[in-house]
Amino acid sequence: MQDFLGPDDWTAVFLSLRIAIVALAGSLPFGILVAYALARWHFPGKTLVTALVYLPLVIPPVVTGYMLLIAFGRRGIFGQALADLGIVLSFRWTGAALACAIMGFPLMVRAIRLSFEAIDPNLEKAASSLGANPFFRFFLVSLPLALPGIVVGATLSFARALGEFGATITFVSNIPGETQTISTLIYTYTQEPGGDASALRLTLVSLAIAFIAIIASEIIQARGEKRLAGGG
Amino acid sequence: MIDVDVARQVGGFNLKVAFSNADGITALFGRSGSGKSLTIGLIGGLDRPDRGRVILDGRTLVDTQKRIFVPAYRRRIGIVFQDSRLFPHLGVRQNLLFGRWFAPRAARAISFDGVVGTLGIGHLLGRAPAKLSGGERQRVAIGRALLSCPKLLLLDEPLAALDAQRRSEILPLIERLRDEFKIPIVYVSHDIEEVSRLASRVVVLERGQVVAIGDPAEVLPMAFAEDARTERASVLAMRVGARDEAYGLTELVHPAGAIWLAGAHGAPGTRLYVVVKATDVTLSTVPPEGLSIQGALKGRLAEVEALGPLAVAHISLDGDGTLLAMTTRRALDRLGVKPGQAIFALVKTAALDERFVGGA
Repeated sequence: MQDFLGPDDWTAVFLSLRIAIVALAGSLPFGILVAYALARWHFPGKTLVTALVYLPLVIPPVVTGYMLLIAFGRRGIFGQALADLGIVLSFRWTGAALACAIMGFPLMVRAIRLSFEAIDPNLEKAASSLGANPFFRFFLVSLPLALPGIVVGATLSFARALGEFGATITFVSNIPGETQTISTLIYTYTQEPGGDASALRLTLVSLAIAFIAIIASEIIQARGEKRLAGGG
Repeated sequence: MIDVDVARQVGGFNLKVAFSNADGITALFGRSGSGKSLTIGLIGGLDRPDRGRVILDGRTLVDTQKRIFVPAYRRRIGIVFQDSRLFPHLGVRQNLLFGRWFAPRAARAISFDGVVGTLGIGHLLGRAPAKLSGGERQRVAIGRALLSCPKLLLLDEPLAALDAQRRSEILPLIERLRDEFKIPIVYVSHDIEEVSRLASRVVVLERGQVVAIGDPAEVLPMAFAEDARTERASVLAMRVGARDEAYGLTELVHPAGAIWLAGAHGAPGTRLYVVVKATDVTLSTVPPEGLSIQGALKGRLAEVEALGPLAVAHISLDGDGTLLAMTTRRALDRLGVKPGQAIFALVKTAALDERFVGGA
């Protein structure tokens, strides 16, 4: 295995995984919250929020990356303030994680929202009549019941992060060891003479990771459904 | 005690309900669409009234004028829904204990084992709700509401989704709850049998308005006088008389006569309500002889209500109460009875099983 990929390749693989995991972990709580709000609450400007959440799905990734650069670049609107606090996102792996989180966010929110919407609101009313305040209602009833959708949303977001290219390369470039992911490294190989074999090997790794992620999500989901059907 | 006086408009439907309950079971009785479930939602805090007050044991839960609205989870009112609403991701035991965590420690007077024992659900504790039958699910739902140690229990047509057999299994359980746990209950139903059996007080709703409040025997016939359906019934207040042990019968005595009922029905002197369907009553101008029907009640024909080829005779029984009898119009004409004349109403005993009887 060690020889299958070169050291640069391994660096890119682990960096990709790190970026995808950080992006997922960082965005999941917000994704669940936004999905719940969109599924259950009525508030002014809901349509606008919905549009904003789904925006990365429809605008070109390069545009998203460029907007991130404007916002979080060293001289960007938030970038400068964050830089004063010692947080730099542009051309760092953390920036790549931010880009991946934003690109995966619509997919995540959509799956989780559908899952929340599928829950019978009467169950929440029943919990309320039993004395559960909104906090406990959410954590004891809604969240566990939405778990299958949350797993799907997390998987989609994770997969999107692994495959993210346009926004990443625009916002944080393609720096080996810092922001060079599987996707951007494959792109680099295809630009080099004789890089085809390396590109193919990385492609296989990428496929394997995606495959494992999907299977893991299916297993977790099946378990959840079995439990709801009363099997466990 | 719960004191309700609320108004709520939903679309074109206007609800205006005011009543207070007594100890024991207060029934909200009315046809579907009369506003019963909406009223339950307003009491339980699942819905807000446009105007009005809800006061439970002196504590104001809702007062639109004072802008008070206590959310459902702080009301300590347990609700059992028609569709049980057990949490599918939790087991039976966890479902039962769900509300208990939220009840104040000092108020946890109702014991887990007591509820499980009374409802006979001990063997279900390890199961998932999806693996329960309709009747089991409803028993667990009742237990869950009870174990939240509520000050008031709202039962919203808890038996409506069950077949007659399950219903007859759970009805006595609700009677036991009423007697053992001493929690006042507001019981929503459109079923006259359930209401007459369980309730000590009935609030009759019609199109969102209260049309009658009072004793089941007084109120239920009134509710039925409004009823245009072909299925008609009357409620008679009777007393348990002699018992025929050899044949397993109980005599029910009314000033107008007596009827014999299958089975044992309480100690002599106990007051009972009997629901008699109009189709189970036969009319005669002479006292019955040589008939298999044993029970005859004497009264006077009050009025005749024509329903196409059928007719409903309203009979003022001697003493108290009105009995409805349904026959064909021709049979009634051939009998030749005029309003005000004496008539005997024969009640087919076998048509009355114990589900038609309620304690008072």
